[in-house]
Amino acid sequence: MSVSFEQVSVSFGARAALTQVSATLEQGTVTGIIGPNGAGKTTLLRTALGLQPVSYGTVRVLDKPLSEWPRDALARAMAYLPQGGEARWPMRVEDLVLLGRLPHRAAFGPPDLKDRMAALDALARCDATPFANRRMDELSAGERARVLFARALATGAAVLLADEPAAYLDPSHQLRLMELLREEARRGTAVAVTLHDLSLAARHCDRILVLHDGRLVADGPPAEALADATLARVFQIARSPDSLGLGAFRRL
Amino acid sequence: MDATTVSYLQTQSLGHRTRWLIALSGAALMFGLWSFLLGSADYSAHELLTGLVTGKGAAGIIAQEIRLPRAALALIVGAALAGSGAALQGLFVNPLAEPGVTGVTSCAGLGAVVAMYFGLVTLHPLTLPVFAIAGALIAAAILYALSKSGAGAVSLVLAGVAIGSFATALTALALSFSANPYAMSEMVLWMMGSLKDRTLNDLAFALPLTAVGLALLSSTGRGLDALTLGDEAARSLGVNLTSLRARVVLGVALATGAATAAAGAVSFVGLVVPHLLRPLFGHQPSRLIVPSMLGGAAMVAAADVALRLIAPDGQLLLGVVTAMLGAPFFLWLILKLRRQP
Repeated sequence: MSVSFEQVSVSFGARAALTQVSATLEQGTVTGIIGPNGAGKTTLLRTALGLQPVSYGTVRVLDKPLSEWPRDALARAMAYLPQGGEARWPMRVEDLVLLGRLPHRAAFGPPDLKDRMAALDALARCDATPFANRRMDELSAGERARVLFARALATGAAVLLADEPAAYLDPSHQLRLMELLREEARRGTAVAVTLHDLSLAARHCDRILVLHDGRLVADGPPAEALADATLARVFQIARSPDSLGLGAFRRL
Repeated sequence: MDATTVSYLQTQSLGHRTRWLIALSGAALMFGLWSFLLGSADYSAHELLTGLVTGKGAAGIIAQEIRLPRAALALIVGAALAGSGAALQGLFVNPLAEPGVTGVTSCAGLGAVVAMYFGLVTLHPLTLPVFAIAGALIAAAILYALSKSGAGAVSLVLAGVAIGSFATALTALALSFSANPYAMSEMVLWMMGSLKDRTLNDLAFALPLTAVGLALLSSTGRGLDALTLGDEAARSLGVNLTSLRARVVLGVALATGAATAAAGAVSFVGLVVPHLLRPLFGHQPSRLIVPSMLGGAAMVAAADVALRLIAPDGQLLLGVVTAMLGAPFFLWLILKLRRQP
């Protein structure tokens, strides 16, 4: 088990964001986290990273409680791609990806050859090598998303958490992104990704966690977790037969 | 590792940035020396430099007690303000953040004036820089609290305008209550900034305090780089944001406070210098902090030389020159930022 949530509850004031969620993220698998807006998907990821304190329950990372992890070691073990991330200064692409190596670097001095190799490797895996020397503000939104994803890969962490990485990407880039997540899982990483696109989740995830109002309502392989009854209850939608075979849904 | 990767790694070198760093250091030294050699007393460079080492004769006294403080303070004030500007811009991820624009120097000036004109300086000479640093700290802390509550780039600058105006008004109030008959004319020195008539005493406190402040700021580069990705991503990369912010706020307060206690409120240096250096060193905050210190030192020393060449009678103030260059630049920067999506 790379990450395990045991009875995790989180509340923001009076509002419960997560209620007694127990789940695991396994190494070598892509886990999709789905649910309506405000269901607690981002909160679950932030809880795993220690960015969000829990009000009850325990989070274990690589079998060690989160509280026992030193800050640096945790940063090496877990990489996080926040929702709608952007580079707020127009940095050079390779330098931006090198930020993913910060947890590995000594307190002072430039990045060493190992860091630069890891950064270039991450860029290559995201098909972003051609713009390694360009500035972030010279790239398209899709290209920037790939570079930011490469930044998360460059850490070489055992756990990769990505919050809505598919948002704002065109269908072709969405598919490429899901392939990248799959490749990362094949290397033994535990990958967790929040998604709004149910077809994308169904096709590319090994396991799906469905959150609804802060509670875990389904956990299993896509066919099981995305059963009609769950869809109807959580999203108020149903599968709709369509001639194109696109896997369409209709509102109930 | 394939052949293209190897050749790519080899072509990348630090050479270009190192060359510019050497050029900036050279410029700072050159203008510092020029500033040292420039003055109303007519001594040759040889006499002044010999006097600086030996301290003998009229040339020695002039070199050590008049020229040295002025030239060295020009370099120190420039380094402090530009280094603070680069760090503040990194912390707020805002190219408009700068000690002058954000009101930090005005508050430091207020602190210095309170210490000076209410006789606190007679208790201990260090009260002057301590009060200036306290003033700067208050302003920086207010700004930080505002940015934490979600104020954007423009709100931050507007808040800076409010803080600056309030501090300037209080400075005027403090001076009108003081017993000093020259208070009003000296107020101009505090509000515009000047390196006229500085003593070795001023240098003695400004140097160590600024050095500590700039050392703190130099330690923040990595964290500020990570902030480029946003707060949460920076935290996930192991950056302790509380410590990072505290180091920036404290470093800026020490450097700007000590510089303002020595030279009054000099504006726009921290805005112009990092911006001019970005095309040479890149936008990454860590790459700008130390070069900005060197560039700021060169720029303020150059401005101090220029104003004495233009007006040898000493009527032109340092802050007037920096504001005349900096304010139009600030407006241009706002227009440029508005055009960006």
